[in-house]
Amino acid sequence: MLIFKKMLGNTHVPHRKNTAHMPPVRMSAPKEVLLPLSQHIGAPAELIVKVGDSVKIGQKIAEGVGYVSSPIHASVSGKVKAIEDYLRADGRKAPAIRIESDGKNELYEGLCKPNVTDLQSFIAAVRESGLVGLGGAGFPTAVKLDSLTKGTIDTVVINGAECEPYITGDTRTMLDETEWIYRGIALLETYCEGISEYVFGIEKNKPECIERMKEIFDGNPKVRITPLPPKYPQGAEKIIVYNTTRRVIPEGKLPADVGVLVINVTSLAFIGRYMENGIPLVKRCITLDGSAVAEPKNIIVPIGTSVGEIIDFGGGLKEELGKVLLGGPMMGSAISSLSEPIIKTTGAITAMKIKNSIYREETACIHCGRCVEACPVGLNPTSYTKALSIEPVEERVATLEKTGVMLCMECGCCSFVCPAYRPLVQNNRLAKGEVRSYKAHSSMLKQ
Amino acid sequence: MDKLIISTSPHFLRKVPTSSIMRDVIIALIPASVAAVVFFGFKALIMIAVSVGCAVASEFFFNMICKKKQTVGDLSAIVTGLLLALNLPSSVSVWQCVVGSVFAIVIVKCVFGGIGCNFANPAITARVFLLIAFSTSVAGGAATSFAELTTGATPLEVIKNGGSELPSLLDMFLGNRGGAIGETCALALLIGFAYLLIRRVINWHTPVIFVGTVFLLSLAIQQNLTLATYEVLGGGLLLGAIFMATDYSTTPINKVGKMVFALGCGIITVLIRFFGSYPEGVSFAILFMNILSPFIEKLCARRPFGGIKHGKK
Repeated sequence: MLIFKKMLGNTHVPHRKNTAHMPPVRMSAPKEVLLPLSQHIGAPAELIVKVGDSVKIGQKIAEGVGYVSSPIHASVSGKVKAIEDYLRADGRKAPAIRIESDGKNELYEGLCKPNVTDLQSFIAAVRESGLVGLGGAGFPTAVKLDSLTKGTIDTVVINGAECEPYITGDTRTMLDETEWIYRGIALLETYCEGISEYVFGIEKNKPECIERMKEIFDGNPKVRITPLPPKYPQGAEKIIVYNTTRRVIPEGKLPADVGVLVINVTSLAFIGRYMENGIPLVKRCITLDGSAVAEPKNIIVPIGTSVGEIIDFGGGLKEELGKVLLGGPMMGSAISSLSEPIIKTTGAITAMKIKNSIYREETACIHCGRCVEACPVGLNPTSYTKALSIEPVEERVATLEKTGVMLCMECGCCSFVCPAYRPLVQNNRLAKGEVRSYKAHSSMLKQ
Repeated sequence: MDKLIISTSPHFLRKVPTSSIMRDVIIALIPASVAAVVFFGFKALIMIAVSVGCAVASEFFFNMICKKKQTVGDLSAIVTGLLLALNLPSSVSVWQCVVGSVFAIVIVKCVFGGIGCNFANPAITARVFLLIAFSTSVAGGAATSFAELTTGATPLEVIKNGGSELPSLLDMFLGNRGGAIGETCALALLIGFAYLLIRRVINWHTPVIFVGTVFLLSLAIQQNLTLATYEVLGGGLLLGAIFMATDYSTTPINKVGKMVFALGCGIITVLIRFFGSYPEGVSFAILFMNILSPFIEKLCARRPFGGIKHGKK
């Protein structure tokens, strides 16, 4: 244990974990689902069905191509109705598969318990499951696990922080699926011998989860449960790695570079279950909450179900809708239409009433330093606004890089605390885009 | 159905706007203002009213004439006017308050771009301006209405130049002595300090380091605990350290920078008090450090968590 702990900024964001005590309810099959080919970081999956084909639950309909990719499986049984472009929350168009449900909910016959004998076959099985980081980043889990084969990983951090307001999916996993979490750890212990420690990072606002994890791993010397302060953003990768292992991930590096593998607790439970029953990632738990929602609840929904249908199933709205978010209020993205589907990485639907959605006009920066104090990675968000207006572009990019903007993870703390309602996160995104596109451009010129 | 509002994350905001921060500062200044009126009578009330009124009016008319967005609503002009009034002795004329307020708002704040853009604290700069322009009425201070002292000397002038008797330490603490109308009552200022801390408008670092530096250096120079206590309670130190050295726009944005700023303020205050020709150096110290603050901010920038060096390879 280090004597001098780095003072990482954090912010008290209201937790609003209204649904923490509600076991998820199962949603019946929707009439149709829309499955985008890109639900993860990396190359989009490649289509292997055509319009008119019959598919069943769990049947692979798109194959992961390349190293960083992930396959897509049908989440309802029925007919492939169309291959179409849909408008994503980020404004880009992406191809997607529309499947019309036949209402039978039949499982694909080809599904069986994966045959796993060693680490390689374990990773291959995870790849086939279509699992991507369920915490929200959507990094294909198999690629992450692949770093285990290099033998440099000695610690696995299980992320159960769940610091976003409203979302309680991981909380429910830790309470309802302890058995699968246990299985997941057991599998990792069997196939990855180099790992000396498994650390659970759980925010202190979930004492029952901490208790439960301590209970089931009692007597396992390799497992450590670390309660984290209930301050946002504890679940951010760099922050949880530091707070559980005191290791600092340098800019541009991954946890694997400091010998750590970070896995979301729900992803871990999924691995445990998949290795038993072989059903790929076709459904997930969603927290439906927000100021406009009549009855907040956790719902297990087939992936690809439209947001509107989930809201209707969940008991509808009590107020007129202002904003609907995929994800929580700190990092979620606002969607333009309720017909948008939820994807593998969607942990929540947050429906906000108009009063809470109104755009607040920005005023002048008063240089108060609240954003600087709040930033978990010690950036100065006011510096980008100035740096963004520097000409010429070379100097602008150099200045931006020096400010450390690429470390920004867009957690939203700076905008949250800003008394002038300045769009600081948006500026950071602009700045990061500027640096990235300049680098891509200059490397293209070199070739 | 399709009229959803779109914006980038985060979608939660703390909703503590600039105006509510300024409101907190005004509330924190109320005890000192009340003390000013109690000790210096009706004149103090008029000074406060005129300064605040003129400050708000000059910002309003400046924005109107320059066709800028109206910013009076952020209440910062009230804070400036109030601070200026509290920083002046009751011997000033009302028209001097008017000149000071207009100078503070128009010259120091608005022409530099309004709130957040000024490089020096408007109230401090205006006070220094008045001090230099009208030294006889602005320096020193009239005695309080209760005091039997007939001379207008402030305690620090007495210490520096000798002369009449010093007020007791209790009078120093409660405010029954000569000086600027808002600086004399240490108790009222400390109540304001506590309020600002509770509301998290400021951190304790700047005031504590500023006052601590002055105390320790005075103690080292004078070798006398009582006199060092006079140095802390007198000369507008508490008012300056709590309300002026913690001004957002004119101090470094980062915590370490703020501490260096406070340390510098303390050292310069002591240097002016003991080696300069003015008995009270708080305003000059803060003004000087205001000018240095962009450099301090740059020098004290913290390396980001996991940050690497760019550019130099």
